[in-house]
Amino acid sequence: MVLVPLITRRDDVLTWLCLTLQYIILSHSWNIIGGYAGQRSLGHAAFFGLGALIARYLWLSGLPLFLGLLAGASTAAIFAIIIGFPTFRMRGIYFAIGTLVLAEILRIIFETTLPQASVFPTRLLATYNLVPRYYLSLLIAGLTVATVYWISHSTLGLGMISIREEQDAAEASGVDTLRHKLLAFAISSFFAGLAGGVFTYYAAALRPGQMFEPVWTFDAVVIVFVGGVGTISGPIIGAVFFVLLKQLLSIYLPGGIHILVFGVLFIIVVLFLPGGLIKLMPKLRKRISRGRHPY
Amino acid sequence: MTVELVAQTIVNGIHVGALYGLVAVGLSLIFGVMKILNIAHGEFLMVGGYVAFWVFDLYDTDPFLSLPLVAIAMFLLGAGSYKLLFSGLAKFHEESKMENSLLVGFGLFLVFPQITRMLWTTDERAITPAYSGGSLPILGVRLAYVPLGALLVALVVILALHLLLTKTYFGKSVRATTQNWKSAKLAGINVERTYLITFGLGVAIAGVAGVFVGLIHAINPDIGIGWTLKALIVVVLAGIGSIGGAFFAGLILGVVEAVGAIFMGPYTVALGLVIFLLIMIFRPRGLFGKA
Repeated sequence: MVLVPLITRRDDVLTWLCLTLQYIILSHSWNIIGGYAGQRSLGHAAFFGLGALIARYLWLSGLPLFLGLLAGASTAAIFAIIIGFPTFRMRGIYFAIGTLVLAEILRIIFETTLPQASVFPTRLLATYNLVPRYYLSLLIAGLTVATVYWISHSTLGLGMISIREEQDAAEASGVDTLRHKLLAFAISSFFAGLAGGVFTYYAAALRPGQMFEPVWTFDAVVIVFVGGVGTISGPIIGAVFFVLLKQLLSIYLPGGIHILVFGVLFIIVVLFLPGGLIKLMPKLRKRISRGRHPY
Repeated sequence: MTVELVAQTIVNGIHVGALYGLVAVGLSLIFGVMKILNIAHGEFLMVGGYVAFWVFDLYDTDPFLSLPLVAIAMFLLGAGSYKLLFSGLAKFHEESKMENSLLVGFGLFLVFPQITRMLWTTDERAITPAYSGGSLPILGVRLAYVPLGALLVALVVILALHLLLTKTYFGKSVRATTQNWKSAKLAGINVERTYLITFGLGVAIAGVAGVFVGLIHAINPDIGIGWTLKALIVVVLAGIGSIGGAFFAGLILGVVEAVGAIFMGPYTVALGLVIFLLIMIFRPRGLFGKA
């Protein structure tokens, strides 16, 4: 993966890789709170947007990119902890709806206060190059996946999973559920903020309000579910598949069809294939090895 | 002058609020009876609006006359969606059923706008019969015909729903299923059919509201989520499952927003959402809900 820009500098390949990596960051960050901790937040766009805007404005005002990214991601994490206290009073679908509403409030506020598009200044546009964008995306994606791997093998992750499976039982067996949920929310939002930061470094022009649109949440949720919720490889497979389908379909068909295809796929996964695409392979293999007596 | 302004603002608020109430009643019915939070409710509203637009545009039929047609079409669409997508969730236990229904609704929310985009493009569509701009001046306050009609239709629909639920055998089976579907099943009630019809009714009500959204505002493929959120605010305001309360809460939200718009301008939409969050956190049973 590191060597790709040495082999090819074709813009289409690099764009495709950049997008895939960014979707891996975004969807894996949702996977922490939604997949491992089982709190189906639908307000992920809020943290993506906060990270994106803060990173962009700090960076464009002259600060090093690294500091901008860190500041954006930290703000997203702190914001998550602040709103975590009231919103975690809600459970299950109420939490989902509450966070969705929260992101909508932020979207309306930013759409109204910052209606103008933010475009790179000409000196940046003149030297725009996909290679550093690619490396940054790769670095952060690696960091995200490593963090998720670490979480899934730690007691923190164990606590999160126990909350997902049965919150009352977890509480009864001594798991501090609120603390675990807040931590999961903060880590998840930190990486969502990083995803936003990487995206603003990549996108030459954007509207601030656009960063808070629910579609960021929805893409992440759909990718995680289609790939395999609460797993490490699931969101990666989901993201590769999502971007591939998006790029391929947009060549032949009017835009947006990939969302239709993914929406249908998403419903099928929810109804018939809990566990996502990564569960499909072992299932198929089992069915084939059963040979003549499939049932 | 000021008195007239205030009166006009309140009248406008009631006009909008009647629509909010109508949308919310459908959502509340479905959620109250079968514990399915249909996040695609606004999408059904949008489809209803498009159907009425189609009938109006192609066959030149007055939207008030095509209302029953839209309601029937939407009822069938709703019942079909339930049969195809939601009925399979019944096998899950309560909490995961709720969550999975949320996810299925979420999938529909992704699918419907894309289909409408293909069928009707992204253009804003409005249903504009000859009388759509007209209004009736009373004491310096203008009562526009179309919203007035919407208010009347909303009242009729809610009254009819109330009578259906309290006075008929079907209503009895709905109430029994709401209280305890297992016992209802043991007592010989066809729970599956009750669910099917209830879901269809909720969607049909959303579709009727969609006709008025097309008449008063305009419809495009992306309005769904906005209306789902409005309906959610109203349902939470009223207390979950309270149908009469949902309509009143809709009126309250409409008036609050109309008055708020004078002071808050573009932030008014956020006002309703903030109210929603505060109620969710501090009074989850809603304003009219029982403990």
